[in-house]
Amino acid sequence: MNDNTLHIGTRKGFFVVKGTGGDARIVDEHFVGDNVVLSSTDPRDGAWYVVLDHGHFGMKLHRSDDQGASWLEIGVPEYPPKPEGFVDISMWGNEREWALVNIWSLEPALDQTGALWCGTVPGGLFRSEDRGVSWRLVESLWEVESRTRWGGAGSDQPAVHTINVDPRNPKWISVAISAGGVWRSKDCGATWTAHTTGMVAGYVPPEQADWPEHQDAHCVVQSPSSPEVFWCQHHMGIWRSDNDLESWTEIHSEPTSFGFPVAVHPHDKDTAWFVPAHSDQKRAPIDGRVVVARTRNGGKSFDVLSNGLPQKHAYDLVLRHALDVTADGDSLAMGSTTGNLYVTANQGDEWHCIASNLPPIYSVRYA
Amino acid sequence: MAQVVFTKNLQRHVPSPPVSAPGHTVREVLEYVFNQNPRLRGYVVNERGSLRKHMSIFVDGELITDRTTLSDAVQSESEIYVMQALSGG
Repeated sequence: MNDNTLHIGTRKGFFVVKGTGGDARIVDEHFVGDNVVLSSTDPRDGAWYVVLDHGHFGMKLHRSDDQGASWLEIGVPEYPPKPEGFVDISMWGNEREWALVNIWSLEPALDQTGALWCGTVPGGLFRSEDRGVSWRLVESLWEVESRTRWGGAGSDQPAVHTINVDPRNPKWISVAISAGGVWRSKDCGATWTAHTTGMVAGYVPPEQADWPEHQDAHCVVQSPSSPEVFWCQHHMGIWRSDNDLESWTEIHSEPTSFGFPVAVHPHDKDTAWFVPAHSDQKRAPIDGRVVVARTRNGGKSFDVLSNGLPQKHAYDLVLRHALDVTADGDSLAMGSTTGNLYVTANQGDEWHCIASNLPPIYSVRYA
Repeated sequence: MAQVVFTKNLQRHVPSPPVSAPGHTVREVLEYVFNQNPRLRGYVVNERGSLRKHMSIFVDGELITDRTTLSDAVQSESEIYVMQALSGG
């Protein structure tokens, strides 16, 4: 794998960037004009996957087996028919249609060759065992008792946006749902347990604040080197679990703890990066200054990094899939809704704006 | 046979030239077309068979009323236009 190849999914196309730090450049473009909400690379066979939201024409998945020289449209997750008489009322008081609305996560399922996991709206997890040609709903998660009470957050319907495959065992997977909490399966999706102890929601009546189904975990990343450690950028702030999801402890970042993405150093469980925004109510940088918050001590303190980032009249927001770190932990990239792409080759000490006229950026992933 | 025309906005995603198709309802006509052109199905209807939210279908100049099961009647010489609604743009 080439750590310096970046895949950028945007509102109007998919872009490939090569190079390190200030030398990084856009070298290729695909699907120009189309809404590319997500991308994923399978390290086992090198396949590239992109998720397209065609709006009028629905969600589509494409795969390239030749690094973008050609693309093949593959299948998309399809929900099964709703059982006769089953009541599934959404938070809006309407009967929920069991039909794909959007795709918010796509990851290789490392327990089986050619298998993939896909998280969807409304609140679905799907699995393919043929490189995305066909999909089946993971019914065990769809059937958990609280599922019909999951809320929409960032989408009218709940979104399965995070899938972590455990480095200790590929059959252990954890997912995060906005807003439906954090769940883990240790049997490849057959059974699930909620893991939100310690998390608090401020957007429901106080007596419901700790209910698992109300937790809006914006992004959860499991430490690759210390898999018992998980970091979470939650709607209410930042949480960390250092006891294998038994419980979560709130962390206070600088200058705020509100944001969407988190990146974790591949070899150091205590180093993580966040991109703070002012607040839920004001989803923009404080005083027009774009900064990245980095902790090197597990969240005890944070460095506020701004070298190379715009510090005046900048209104960039970095979404949950738009921050990533290379396998060596030195380079990071982030893309904003303003269409700016920033990279660093020294863990955030110095940033370079590689492109400033891209469409709104939804996804940034090292290939 | 009804004549079916698909919006030109579809063409770059899935070629779908005008086609003649039998059927007494929009559903029957489209099923015939989808069987000839399987990839087209998912661009027009979702997995429940319902017309996608921002698509519209006209039969002889009239918007269909049943977007869920596509039961609107079709005559043997009907013209059917499958268009994208501006609402989704």
